[in-house]
Amino acid sequence: MLAAIGVDSMEGLLVDIPESLRIPRLELPNGLSEFETMAQIASLAARNRAYADRLTFRGGGVYRRFIPAAVAAVTSKPEFYTAYTPYQPEASQGTLQAIYEFQTLIAELTALDVANASLYDGATAVAEAAMMAHVHTGRNEVLVAGYLHPEYVEVLRGFGEGRGIKVKKGFEPTAKTAAVVFQQPDFLGLLVDAPDLTRRAHDVGALAIACVDPISLAILAPPGQYGADIAVGEGQQLGLSPSYGGPHVGFVACRKDLVRRLPGRLIGTSHDAEGRRGFVLTLTAREQHIRREKATSNICTNHSLCALAASVYMTYMGAEGMRHIAEVSFKRAHALADRLARLPGWELAFPDRQFLNEFPIRVPKAAVVNRKLARKGILGGLDVHRWFRELNGVLTFTCTEVNDPDALDELVEAVSR
Amino acid sequence: MTEPLSFEKSRPNAYAPRLPDADVTAPAAEELLPRELLRSRPPTLPRLSEPEVMRHYSKLASMNYSISEQFYPLGSCTMKYNPVANEVAAALPGFSALHPYQEEESVQGALELMWRLEQALCAVVGVDRVTLQPAAGAHGEWTALRMIQAFHRSRGEARTEVLVPDSAHGTNPASAALSGFQVVEVASAPNGRISLADLESKLSSKVAALMLTNPNTLGLFERDILDIAELVHNTGAMLYYDGANLNAFMGVCRPGDMGFDAVHMNLHKTFTTPHGGGGPGAGPVGVKADLVPFLPTPTVERMNGHLKLDFKRPQSIGRVRSFYGNFGMLVRAYTYIVAMGGDGLTQASLDAVLSANYLRKRVEGLLDMPHEGPCMHEFVASARNLAPDGIKALDVAKGLLERDFYAPTIYFPLVVPEAIMVEPTETESKPTLDAFAAAIADIVREAKEEPENLHRAPHGLAVGRLDEVATARRINAYLQGQSEDPILRWKPDRN
Repeated sequence: MLAAIGVDSMEGLLVDIPESLRIPRLELPNGLSEFETMAQIASLAARNRAYADRLTFRGGGVYRRFIPAAVAAVTSKPEFYTAYTPYQPEASQGTLQAIYEFQTLIAELTALDVANASLYDGATAVAEAAMMAHVHTGRNEVLVAGYLHPEYVEVLRGFGEGRGIKVKKGFEPTAKTAAVVFQQPDFLGLLVDAPDLTRRAHDVGALAIACVDPISLAILAPPGQYGADIAVGEGQQLGLSPSYGGPHVGFVACRKDLVRRLPGRLIGTSHDAEGRRGFVLTLTAREQHIRREKATSNICTNHSLCALAASVYMTYMGAEGMRHIAEVSFKRAHALADRLARLPGWELAFPDRQFLNEFPIRVPKAAVVNRKLARKGILGGLDVHRWFRELNGVLTFTCTEVNDPDALDELVEAVSR
Repeated sequence: MTEPLSFEKSRPNAYAPRLPDADVTAPAAEELLPRELLRSRPPTLPRLSEPEVMRHYSKLASMNYSISEQFYPLGSCTMKYNPVANEVAAALPGFSALHPYQEEESVQGALELMWRLEQALCAVVGVDRVTLQPAAGAHGEWTALRMIQAFHRSRGEARTEVLVPDSAHGTNPASAALSGFQVVEVASAPNGRISLADLESKLSSKVAALMLTNPNTLGLFERDILDIAELVHNTGAMLYYDGANLNAFMGVCRPGDMGFDAVHMNLHKTFTTPHGGGGPGAGPVGVKADLVPFLPTPTVERMNGHLKLDFKRPQSIGRVRSFYGNFGMLVRAYTYIVAMGGDGLTQASLDAVLSANYLRKRVEGLLDMPHEGPCMHEFVASARNLAPDGIKALDVAKGLLERDFYAPTIYFPLVVPEAIMVEPTETESKPTLDAFAAAIADIVREAKEEPENLHRAPHGLAVGRLDEVATARRINAYLQGQSEDPILRWKPDRN
């Protein structure tokens, strides 16, 4: 090959690199065989404690749920996972159609007009939605109402700083407010009065951004039903493993008149000369590779494969299946809350508030409780005091369809001793 | 050969998955929650049995080209083979089942992996620290610019401009704008490198950073990189490295030594994590000492053999996403690095450069080569020599699809008319490269003999060339209220 190129050695191809920049070697150990590599990786994995699904009661944005085997069977197809962003539509119809179906599934679930092809995660989805509201209204403040996931708030602040957007907390939007952002159920698992918050936003000409749990929408009013303008959220629960926090998938859906402000990829239907239906990336004039510094966002690579997993999940479960597990989760969480609240020294942190399948409860000694549980192989509640000073001694517990009644017994038993 | 939508295949009485009952005594949601908070009408999701679901997605999979089946010479995207072992590693329950809020002592293996990956990336690019948090390259760019912004602000300087070459990836100006900077373009010289004269004229005390990729998007090494770095640093600005093209020189040279202060890397390009049809990727950012205080929180620190997440970093720009990054992708990249080692990564880069130069030579007489070689890991050709036959870069791309190759990146970089940007990577063998060159030769022949046929390419795929203009027009009609069909989604018939 060198001869065909017309050089004597590799050096002949590296002539443009100044001599002073050349390094003698890359300071890393030499390579290993596959089985040596895997032994090393497996020994790292073995140094972690993987809690059983049924004994995991910790949520806070990442949840254990039943993942149908069909999900991994589809996402591990090399035709899906080793393809690039579908720039050549004729050779990428599989990815394009799957994402078009994802857009439809999210739009249906949120009861909004249009959803995009996915974002990185729930946190960046909130931030991107706030940008949409900022550009749409020309206003520079975003009001966070209630317990929005603290990491989402932090990411929102960071995004906002670049664009000169101030993030405030409270329930009273003003004429300067671009959007009211709320989470339903909130970070603690409590239900907020989403219709009221939406009305408050609209009363001052601001947009309402609802950050929602996609499984909850099988039961709860979707953002479109109460008139929210943008819905965003984290899709991890739709068939993705916890994986120490990622990769998961963010989603964003909006009303028709905001479509041009959407970040990231959008896929639409098209047709070829013979009239066959096909799918293409569209409205690309919003995007960085066309608009450069005037783009609605800098996002390029998004989380397509995770969106595919979510699509397989929703298609497999169907509306009935999702509703069923949402109801099971609701009942089990309520049964657990009821039993825990009877323990001496334990009390629901917000007894007057409704919740879905995650709830905050005040306990005598949070760290002691979780240590006791860990000894029994149980991943206990999330200590939210770390983020909220007023929630000293409060743990949030979550239940889903994977926490069977025996697991609930084991949890109650372990903390009762 | 098209496949109906899952929604169109839906059957109301398809066999539904069997799911457990609650088996506890508790009220139902409708009994406890006010009606205003409940869903009034169920969403219209498809209903299919498991075999129908599997067949649906198998059909869709068969309509994709992918690196596992085709040569995928997509310039700037580094489509190399994704080792299967990476997938096995990430699926180990010791990684995939970890909750991000587990106690530190229960995730020491995960933190160790992140710490070792950081060390390895530092060694490859020549920086002091790396954040693994950004989810993609563009996210990494933005993260780096925010750190550079914080650095200047900490010194009481309000620098408002970021310089970007005219050949840069579109994400560069977009990330700069999103960080609140004004974007100033720097021209390329006729030899395809950045124009030093133009750079000098644009540099001032207002400039926060110059964003550069090296080799640049033409596949050419910026020979004057040390002079560029000096010019930039002399004005107090920083030099930012877009790591899209890092595959060109691992083990040969390092951006850190060239004078770059911040470097993003695409684990889904250089370090073989799969691209997934458009993500998830991972875009770690490496920085020199000056920028270390501004790294996103948390960082992974080693203290007395124990690993911990450090949230107490007063000058940090804060987190840029939830949790600690796309951890599953970090596992894959680390697995690749362990398997390859320093020697293997170096060889990979050398092979990538060899492949690109060989293919460049093979294609030279067939398409225009606007710039002198040698190139690094990719080259940019131009289809303008086919213009007399009415053939464009797009036609060449479609002709390649018809010949069972994915297409190169086309119409980028913007500075080359009818650009065809080819990155073969170290994955491809000589026979594959020869076959690709033969396909280009055949397309050039077709361009002369049957240009009309080439205009209609590709034949024989799931669909032919799609009318993207019509799609945009129909969306406009929908957005303007002249049509009920949103085009961007399927819509149930709700009569």
